[in-house]
Amino acid sequence: MSEFPLLSVVTFLPLAGAIMILLFVRGTPDDVARNARWGAFWVSLVTFFASLVLWFKFETGTADFQFVEVQPWLPAFNISYRLGVDGISVLFVLLSTLLTPICILASWNAIQERVKEYMIAFLVLETMMVGMFAALDFVVFYIFFEAVLIPMFLIIGVWGGPRRVYAAFKFFLYTLLGSVLMLLAIIAMYIAAGTTDIPTLMQFKFDPQWQTWLWLAFFASFAVKVPMWPVHTWLPDAHVEAPTAGSVILAGVLLKMGAYGFLRFSLPMLPIASEFFTPFIFTLSIIAVIYTSLVALAQEDMKKLIAYSSVAHMGFVTVGIFAANQQAVEGAIIQMLSHGFVSAALFLCVGVVYDRIHSREIARYGGLVHRMPRYAAVFMLFMLASVGLPGTSGFVGEFLIMLGVFEVSTWAALLIASGMVLGAAYMLYLYRRVIFGRLTKDDLKSILDLDAREMLIFAPLVFLVLWMGIYPAPFLDIISMSVTNLVDNYHGALAAVDGGKILAASR
Amino acid sequence: MTELPDMLAAGPEIFLAVMGMVLMMVGVFSSEKRALGIVSGLAVASLVVTLASVVWMADGRIVAFSGLFLTDSFAVFMKTLVLLGAVLVLIMSENYIQREGMARFEFPVLVIYATVGMMMMISANDLISLYIGLELQSLSLYVLAAFQRDRGRSSEAGLKYFVLGALSSCLLLYGCSLIYGFTGTTQFEALAVLFTGKESAASPGLVVGIVFLSAGLAFKVSAVPFHMWTPDVYEGAPTPVTAFFAVAPKIAAIALFLRVMLEPFGGLIDEWRQIIVLISVASMVLGAFAAVAQRNIKRLMAYSSIGHVGYALVGLASGSEAGLRGVLIYMAIYLVMNVGAFACILCMQINGRMVEQIDDLAGSAKSHPMMALGILVFMFSLAGIPPMAGFFGKFFIFTAAIEAELYTLAIIGVVSSVVGAFYYLRIVKIVYFDDLLEPFDKPIGRSLGTIMTLSGVVTILFFLYPAPILDSASIAAAALFPG
Repeated sequence: MSEFPLLSVVTFLPLAGAIMILLFVRGTPDDVARNARWGAFWVSLVTFFASLVLWFKFETGTADFQFVEVQPWLPAFNISYRLGVDGISVLFVLLSTLLTPICILASWNAIQERVKEYMIAFLVLETMMVGMFAALDFVVFYIFFEAVLIPMFLIIGVWGGPRRVYAAFKFFLYTLLGSVLMLLAIIAMYIAAGTTDIPTLMQFKFDPQWQTWLWLAFFASFAVKVPMWPVHTWLPDAHVEAPTAGSVILAGVLLKMGAYGFLRFSLPMLPIASEFFTPFIFTLSIIAVIYTSLVALAQEDMKKLIAYSSVAHMGFVTVGIFAANQQAVEGAIIQMLSHGFVSAALFLCVGVVYDRIHSREIARYGGLVHRMPRYAAVFMLFMLASVGLPGTSGFVGEFLIMLGVFEVSTWAALLIASGMVLGAAYMLYLYRRVIFGRLTKDDLKSILDLDAREMLIFAPLVFLVLWMGIYPAPFLDIISMSVTNLVDNYHGALAAVDGGKILAASR
Repeated sequence: MTELPDMLAAGPEIFLAVMGMVLMMVGVFSSEKRALGIVSGLAVASLVVTLASVVWMADGRIVAFSGLFLTDSFAVFMKTLVLLGAVLVLIMSENYIQREGMARFEFPVLVIYATVGMMMMISANDLISLYIGLELQSLSLYVLAAFQRDRGRSSEAGLKYFVLGALSSCLLLYGCSLIYGFTGTTQFEALAVLFTGKESAASPGLVVGIVFLSAGLAFKVSAVPFHMWTPDVYEGAPTPVTAFFAVAPKIAAIALFLRVMLEPFGGLIDEWRQIIVLISVASMVLGAFAAVAQRNIKRLMAYSSIGHVGYALVGLASGSEAGLRGVLIYMAIYLVMNVGAFACILCMQINGRMVEQIDDLAGSAKSHPMMALGILVFMFSLAGIPPMAGFFGKFFIFTAAIEAELYTLAIIGVVSSVVGAFYYLRIVKIVYFDDLLEPFDKPIGRSLGTIMTLSGVVTILFFLYPAPILDSASIAAAALFPG
């Protein structure tokens, strides 16, 4: 294909920028810091605009992969470099390219040490995230999936809080342990099917007995990434210790990698095992929703609270995915995107006050509305979006999920609905303690409201949360064909097996 | 009768052996101050010439000296790696031997002799020539380990290596004699003919012989439970010698291991597979867990190399062409990573004095950003994290293992690689996260810097164009699996 390799450009532009910064940014420490910041910002901005072309040129009428690029890579092994996006992945590519410039802006003043390395790490991270969502070859996917760990490990470990070493190691090793098992599953699939081409593998019928093992191996990797209860414990640690921008990317994009994996691999490739394990996933997710909501209620640290709320929200997503009908899966994707905006914004909100007071303890704050009206308004919007107020993106996702899950299991719907109530409880409680009340602390009396840079950071997120909440149709249009295709194939595969069983029984 | 074509097949070895003697003469007759410089330069040159001739003379399978010696594309691949390792280590050691009071011209000469021995091992086609090659290599290495004779630790390392090495040679020789006794031949091809197609051709005595032989070979590759010498020798030997130990002899011994197991005894895979699986699992697990507690970077590298041998043996255990190819790719990548990692270790000096504690690296990302980046790359690569080269080594090995249905082995392998990742990460942590204590000396020297950069670039960018190594490994692997 001689078309312009748009996806490769979007994927590797940040990496090229990182190399340029590594090689060419020199001079006095101040110069280096300034040039690295601006360089990284411009590179990520250009990448974002390049990725917008994906949005405008995306054909909504087909479930096929678009912008496909194929290059021979390891011809002897039938492994090739293959990129492409469909309705499920394209929005995540955009999410990654949107959040990176926001993160770089958010770190503008917060990061003063080793700015150059920080910016390089972020740009490398962007390449890995985009590549992961765009990869259409299993080995290419795995490389991006794992490589994300390297920059993230450094971001947490070098620029993190006091317990950063512990958090970075926990994050890395937890995820790695899951990933290597997935690697074995990928290899086993490669040997069974003779190819690592993802669209081909989606059509391949794996032996039902094998599917269970393969599914468990994938589960080990994705469940840690999502994260699902009980393997979520790395997340609060990582969030608390990571710098603000690190938390934003972690919550905004990295958590989506696990759920994306379930959608892209577990459901289409291993339908029989997926159906078999659906009650298991439902159970874990419901526990996650209720238990982590209760845990969130008791948190003293703002970031930890939001981290636990992430686990709860991702529990909605996994229930939605494994409910496996049109509404639920669409809802899950919308919920992932919405969570990408909302939790990112909430971490940014924490970052705003953290930059000023250098504390994340909820008890250190109170009465901020008197000094920071703009901040209070922005925080309120995202807090309500997290709760799922109609008119915000959170509502659309949760509503669709509830609708879909209700068809599959009334009990599951009932139980996760109780999670929504608890979600409202802990978010409102957080908001009350931080924003309202009397302004008694001395250092808060001189705190400044959002400045222009911070307004600029929040503006796109505010816009997107409201847009998705009020008029989600453009997003749903992009998603729906691919989801229909996914759901049809899934139920088709199950029906084929059931039909076979009935046939075998009737003999 | 030995005729000229026979000589030609062993041309590179003969040339290198002759050069070794010539260099000794040159060293003796040139003035004491200049001897090392001249001999080192000539040694590097003759190794490069040998490398070129090995590659240039590569011409299918040639058996020479009445079946004692053979070259094929497998041998060419492995010899290339060994020679590359020797050249790079010689270049890297230049600064060190000047500084640490071991500036004697015998050093490069011994490296040359050891290399000749390794090339003989790789080309051995008979149990007798195998043993001779092995001993030529080992004797040179014993001396090299003790080369820093003023330091107690170095002498101790040499002595330990010698005693245990002699023991393992005994085991190996005993195994050979048992094999000869029960089959009546020492020739690989004749042995292979005996065992092909006959499932139950192995008598108990022969199996015992194979066990002894594998024990001897396992010692040479430092696989668990024959690894005990490795940490002590690695720690005690002068650092460039450790670097040499970590690459060239290991690759040669792996090559020998592969050839012996797959060529003469390939038909008996069911007999020996369990041995290999066992030592492979033990090496991977011990390499991962024991390294966690290490404080000395050279000891850590010793345990790391034990672990890596475990992974390479996974490929051997699968006993297939894919497995062999995996091992070859693995060893090629292993060479690059280790040379790079040791180049970084050789940079670790404070006020002209070598330091070896891992904690001395603390915060060096601030004073030596490029070296720190190098360490980062090599450590993630050794841990097998993509997109570094080390990942691909593991990928092909595990592909072969799963193809051979060795699922448990593969799972133990990947899980121990996670444990292994912990101690590699610890080094990255110390370099990047900790505060700077005492900065290393600057500059780090041109040759070291160049080797570090080159191997770093190869390690990172391997994924861009892996075809040359993969293809030549495929060709080399096909040589041991004709038809």
